[in-house]
Parts: sequence; C-alpha cells; structure tokens
Amino acid sequence: MRPERVAVFGGIYSNHLALEAALEDAGARGAQALYCLGDLGGFGPHPDRVFPLLREADVKVVQGNYDHAIGQGLADCQCGYTDPRDNHFARISYEYTLRNTSDRWRSWMRELPPERRILLGGKRVLMCHGSPRRTNEFLWESTTSSDFLDWLTREYEADVILATHTGLYWRRELQGGRAFANVGVLGRPANDGRTEVEYALLSASGDRPGVDVEIVSLGYDHERLAREMQDEDLPAEFVETILTGWWTTCLEALPAKERRRGRH
Amino acid sequence: MNSASSPAISAEASRLADSGPAIALEHLDALWLQVTGTVCNLRCAHCFISCAPDNDTLGFLSLETVIGWLELARRHGVKEYYVTGGEPFMHSDLPGMLEAILRCGPVTVLTNGTLFTEPVLTRLAAAEAASDYSLELRVSIDGPSPETNDPIRGEGTFERAMEGIRKLLGHGFLPILTAARVWDLADEETVREQFFAALRDVGCERPRLKILPSLRIGRETLRTGGYDRHHLVTEEMLDSYDRAQLLCSNSRIVTSRGAHVCPILVDHPDSLMGPTLEDAFRPFELRHRACFTCWHHGAICSNHGDIGRNAT
Ligand code: SF4
Ligand code: SF4
Ligand SMILES: [Fe+2]
Repeated sequence: MRPERVAVFGGIYSNHLALEAALEDAGARGAQALYCLGDLGGFGPHPDRVFPLLREADVKVVQGNYDHAIGQGLADCQCGYTDPRDNHFARISYEYTLRNTSDRWRSWMRELPPERRILLGGKRVLMCHGSPRRTNEFLWESTTSSDFLDWLTREYEADVILATHTGLYWRRELQGGRAFANVGVLGRPANDGRTEVEYALLSASGDRPGVDVEIVSLGYDHERLAREMQDEDLPAEFVETILTGWWTTCLEALPAKERRRGRH
Repeated sequence: MNSASSPAISAEASRLADSGPAIALEHLDALWLQVTGTVCNLRCAHCFISCAPDNDTLGFLSLETVIGWLELARRHGVKEYYVTGGEPFMHSDLPGMLEAILRCGPVTVLTNGTLFTEPVLTRLAAAEAASDYSLELRVSIDGPSPETNDPIRGEGTFERAMEGIRKLLGHGFLPILTAARVWDLADEETVREQFFAALRDVGCERPRLKILPSLRIGRETLRTGGYDRHHLVTEEMLDSYDRAQLLCSNSRIVTSRGAHVCPILVDHPDSLMGPTLEDAFRPFELRHRACFTCWHHGAICSNHGDIGRNAT
C-alpha cells in the first residue's frame, strides 16, 4: 500500500532527545513512513545515540554535508564559514562529533544517497539536503526567488521539493500547484526565541491529487539536552541556544531578514 | 588626459593569454546590473574598473531598461540580483529599480555609502518591508580608520561612509561592510578587530564584514604593479577544482553595452558577450589575469563568505 502520510525530519545535530520525541509524535499523527534529510551530527552531545534510533524506526535518510564530512573524515564540516568566531565554534563541534562517532556509523553515513524521491497523493516529492543540485547550497527564504524555485521543480522534475540545510523552516507555493519547503531541523530551535523544534508532515490530500505540507512544532526535554551538553563540555553558547531559542553562533550566513528576526 | 583612463602599464602584466579554459554557465543564478556604469562620485586608488565622476565609458541604465532585463532574467529562473556601478546611489531611479527587483527576488546593492539621503532610505526600507526578499547593502571601506582608508578612497571618505552606515542602521538595515584587502596578511586579525570596533562605534551591534582580495587591474595596476607572468588559469588548474566557485559559472552582468561575462571584467572589450542575455549564455574562456584571483580565492563576489585567512 502507498503511504498517505509521511514525516520528514531535517537536521538532527545529535539531538537524540528531540529525535525520540519526533518519532513518537509522528507515529501518533499517523505517519506511515519516516524520512530524514541529513546532518545527523554536530552541535549536540553523544552523536552515536542518534543512529540506533533511526535504524530501529526504519527512517530513510538523505546524506547531508555534515554526514559526508564525518563519514569521510574531512578536515571540516564544509559549511564554508569564514568569520573567525563562527569558524572557532564550527571546529569545536566538528572535532567533538568526529571523535565520538564510531567507525561503524561513519561507514554507514558514507553510503547514504544524496536524494530520495517518493510519490505521494499523485505528486512527485523530491527530498534533498541543501538543494537538488548541491548538498551545501543555502536556500534561505529571503534570498531565494520563486522564479528560481520554479526552475528547480522543472529542471529536477518534482512537484514538491524538501530541504533542510539552512536550519530554518519555511515554505513557498509555486506555479502549477508545486511547492518548496524547508522542513526545519530537530537539532536546534529556529532562532525565534522558542525552545521547540520543527519537522514536516506530508499528507495526500484526499480525493484530488495533491500534497499538504504541515510544519509541526515539537517540544522535548531540552533542559536534559542542555545538561548533557554541559556534561560533555560543549560550548556554553550552544547550550544557550537550546535553552533560549536564539542562535548565538554561525550567524554570518544569515541574510538580512533572517538575521534581523533573531536576537544576535 | 582623463585621469580615469589607465596610463601605460607593463605589457607583461596586462597581456591576455591566447587561450584559456572555457567555463560554462551552469545556470544563471545571479544577474548583476551596472546601473550607473563607470560613473562614481569617488575615484578610489584601487578601483578595478577605474570609475570616476568623469569616466562615462559605460553609461547609466534607465529604469525601463532595468525592468526589461528583469523580465528576461525571470524567465531563466534567476535566484538573486546585484546592483552596482560606479556608485548606484547617483542614479535618481535607483529606488524604483530596487522596488521592481524586490517584487521578484532578493537584491544586493554595492555602494560606497557616501550618498544616502533620508527620503531614499525611507523608501528602500519600505520596499524591503513589503517584500518577501532581503535588500542587502554592501558598503565599501578599505581601512578601519581615516588614516588607512582615506589614502585609497579619498579625503574624508571614511567618516562619510561610517556616517552612511549609521544612517542605514537608523532605518533598520544591517549593512555588510566590504573591504578589499589592501593590508598585509600578517595584520589580518588586528584589522578585522579594528573594523568591528569602528562598526560598534557607530552603533552597529551585529557587525557583518566581507573581505575581498584586491584585483590588480584597472587603476589598481598602478598601486600594486599588476600581475606576474604566471598569473593565468590553465586547464590543469581546474582539475578537481570546484568551478561553481567562479562567478562566471553562475552569473552575468548587464551594462549600457549589453551582457558581459562578469562584473570584474566589464572594462575589457572581450567581456562583452552580446546585446541580449542569451548571447551571454555561452561558455567564457579564462584568458585574463584577474581570473587567477578568482581561481585562487573563489566566490569572491557573493555576500556570504570572504577569502578567509589562509589565502595569500
Ligand atoms: S571602488 Fe567603488 S567607490 Fe571607489 S571609485 Fe570604484 S566604484 Fe567608486
Ligand atoms: S574574472 Fe573571474 S568571474 Fe570573470 S571571467 Fe575571470 S574567472 Fe570568471
Ligand atoms: Fe547542512
């Protein structure tokens, strides 16, 4: 039987507690299949705790830039930060994650595909990490024209394109009933002063062909995550983000509108 | 003689290669519009297209012309727009142009920050607020103090540009300070800190800084002595090189003459690819010495990312 409802998770960033909560929530909402758009590690504590959860729940995963980097043991996370402060923090989480990810899961990450396609409600859904053409392409809401997204749907033959890389959820209706959505991330809050994290629920829209994309906000035990991060000596700046909902690092890539919405 | 034209420079430094690797346009991600041509109220010592008040080699684009290019660009799925000059704020129709662009996509304006007026900024802030897209303002300053900046950009330009940044902040903009690296690499860390301090002095709590390599063409040839013989891009240099780093793989610029390969080479006759946008969709051969700078530093013209600290 074709699924009528699926859940799509964005970056997990080692937030195993949010992932656990999301798996339960998606099940309760009737999701029949589960997907994740990659960036499994980074930022949070105990990277190895994420993989068994994904495997057990049969989550189908797309490879993110972080997974590629950790899988291959590259020198950095390939986020391309140049600001010395952003670089400093990016390096701390990358080195921590690389050190604490076992070889078994690193080789598993190396095999992940760069995209996945499904049919839902008669529509072609394309799931990728950054954009269909590039794992680390930033598609921010305020710097991505609808003309460009229309072009992507034509070029990559999809009715719905889903991505996660920038870490902020947003969605746009396109020509001919097509759509783009960033499903958000489970890894950290969306720089909006709330501690909840997001994922997307896609449902076939009943009798007529179509897909509804709903962004779900999810509470989880973020205080426990903060404690685990402190116990692992991860930077206080990261813990602050988990507890306050405001991004404190890696702000250089944010365009003007997204940057203004945050506190820092 | 017009002081903006390039005096004699060493033949070696300016000579084009007979041929070079061809870079295909993968997709037109960014369309640049040189709305004031080579006309600028300043006459910076390092200007790589030798702009000046009296250099009208390339002229203004009218509002209608800009809208025409915009309509063409939209059909090709352009992701974002860049507006440059010269100095774009010399154009009385700049607000109208930016309003038109913001209806279909994000736009970044490259400016020297010395010509902002309250009515224009009020109008631009309203246009951005009404749009889904960001309006980015990149203000060029080349040193963190009058002593370091003014010898390059002209007497009083540091204070004027910082005043411009203060005005932008007052209208809710978050300008990106853009500097060409005209200092020693060894001083980079200190210079960065000084830029941040200068920004905080005018009340900027979220400083954004982009450092660019200096392009040793145009007037900058005189200051630096231009390029050396080995400064060319060859096929071998592109083996396992990410061509997406090069602006010419994803962008084009339009001027009063037509469509050119990139904003860096508009001054050079062979950069003009034709009168229409489609003319500019064919590959471009990297024969210029400035191409070496692009190759070396990568992605030098986009908003995010600069040349990093390890580059030489
Ligand atoms: S560098 Fe910019 S501000 Fe200076 S002369 Fe050239 S265009 Fe004008
Ligand atoms: S100067 Fe740079 S962007 Fe222009 S053609 Fe050469 S490599 Fe391409
Ligand atoms: Fe990513």
